[in-house]
Amino acid sequence: MTTAYEQVVATRSQERLTGLDFINGLFTDFIELHGDRRFADDPAIVGGLAYLGDIPITVIATEKGRDTKSRIKRNFGTPNPEGYRKALRLMKQAEKFNRPIICIIDTSGAFCGIGAEERGQGQAVAENLYEMMTMRTPILSILVGEGGSGGALALAIADEVWILENAVYSVISPEGCANILWRDPDRAKEAAEHLKLTAKDVSKLGIVDKVVKEHEEEPDIMLDSLVTDISMWYEKISKLNNDELIEKRYERFRKIGDYM
Amino acid sequence: MAFSAIFRKPKNELEKGGRKSAKNVESDVEMTQSCPVCKAANALGTLLENLYVCKCGYCFRVTARQRIAYLTDKDSFQELYTDIVSVDPIEFPEYQEKLEKAREGSLEPEAVLCGIAKINDVDCALFAMDPNFMMGSMGAAVGEKITRLFEYATEKSLPVIGCTVSGGARMQEGIISLMQMAKTSGAVKRHSDAGNFYITLLTDPTTGGVTASFAMQGDILIAEPGAIVGFAGARVVEQTVRKKLPPGFQKAEVMLEHGFLDMIVERKEQKETITTLLKMHSKELGKHKAKTRRVWRQATRS
Repeated sequence: MTTAYEQVVATRSQERLTGLDFINGLFTDFIELHGDRRFADDPAIVGGLAYLGDIPITVIATEKGRDTKSRIKRNFGTPNPEGYRKALRLMKQAEKFNRPIICIIDTSGAFCGIGAEERGQGQAVAENLYEMMTMRTPILSILVGEGGSGGALALAIADEVWILENAVYSVISPEGCANILWRDPDRAKEAAEHLKLTAKDVSKLGIVDKVVKEHEEEPDIMLDSLVTDISMWYEKISKLNNDELIEKRYERFRKIGDYM
Repeated sequence: MAFSAIFRKPKNELEKGGRKSAKNVESDVEMTQSCPVCKAANALGTLLENLYVCKCGYCFRVTARQRIAYLTDKDSFQELYTDIVSVDPIEFPEYQEKLEKAREGSLEPEAVLCGIAKINDVDCALFAMDPNFMMGSMGAAVGEKITRLFEYATEKSLPVIGCTVSGGARMQEGIISLMQMAKTSGAVKRHSDAGNFYITLLTDPTTGGVTASFAMQGDILIAEPGAIVGFAGARVVEQTVRKKLPPGFQKAEVMLEHGFLDMIVERKEQKETITTLLKMHSKELGKHKAKTRRVWRQATRS
């Protein structure tokens, strides 16, 4: 059995499908749209229009890149504020034109950089959480690799959140956690175990609605069944009116959290 | 109002405004408090009178109760949700012990206080985070209390004043703490969509998941002078980019320049500023009269 930390490490493998692989594998006629109209275009977040079957959708994905060159270009999949602002711009367009929004998430987190802070990384994430909560169109978020903290959550305020069986979703990286708690990043293995971050764990905690089987040897099987599942999800959710939709979305997150 | 009455002696290092090196701890530690910025020894009595602000302007960290005491009218604060406290949802090592220690150290059951109060006779809902309780970190109890306060304020059409100080999401609660960012954001959005007013007072430090949720979602963002307001910790940024950080990185003054704050207000002015803002957002038009209009011709000519 793989340990939690092995699962974390595996999500960082260059062998895994990236955001763009999912966009191209799940949808057709993808047209990429660039820029946040405020500062820049962030290559760590790819967004645009595509078809799910014959339904036009807005798709937003974090993209890590595969080889060194593309990984550098994509900032290793860690978005800057302009990435989150681009995502929000595209989501508002989707709302205007009644398109469902599908977010594909694989990021170690929002980028921790000087410029990112100066351009309001925290504000950008906060604004997405705030706006997505009442976005009047269906949203589905799928965690496909690393689900890193606020940087992942900023694309995961959704009517349903799914996770691939080998993906993870965590408030902090195990390395970061070990570093803060024990000042020893080498204890990441231990931290990973305690953080309850595997797909199985977060499903048990009621954080995700579905765990997607991966078929590692043959990703096409997974992609095909995902297309079916997404279509079924949309068929079901599009029956709700927008008031019911955002009420249910609010309740979905409202109930999370144990206290005494 | 005598502020000295509401301030008690700091109980620990944090409350006194950060760790001091051992050599600063002298026998007169009871009488003075040395400023970590200008190094001046502040007589405790003077500090109390100045709302725990040094002559140089450095704002010592204050507890949630001290914050509420100087911002609100005397005896007007009615605390809500005192029975909501943290549990250990993912059985994280040493979390129970840390919670117990935090409760002892802060004398508070949780890292945020919520309630209703009057500020110069204006009714509002208010929350204040406590730096002595696990550095104001947000777990499910904090998330629930803040969410309930916004829901209550929405129902009663009350403005919310939120005083933040936090290291972010409480990692000992794992993914559940991350979800509190979503939960609180939803409640803030509903409060706002109903036409209600929300001011955040950002104090040192406001970082991580709290910055990335309700701290940044106010209609008006006020920061205390010198407060660190950021997402990632400065050390993490330094290690990531392997560059020296620019001067004033994440300081309120620089964040104001970059356009992420409305204003920086000194502690002794905060109550008045918040009062004016609350009155300007009153739902009963004409209830609060503006102060006498300044006659600018005379003012500029004299």
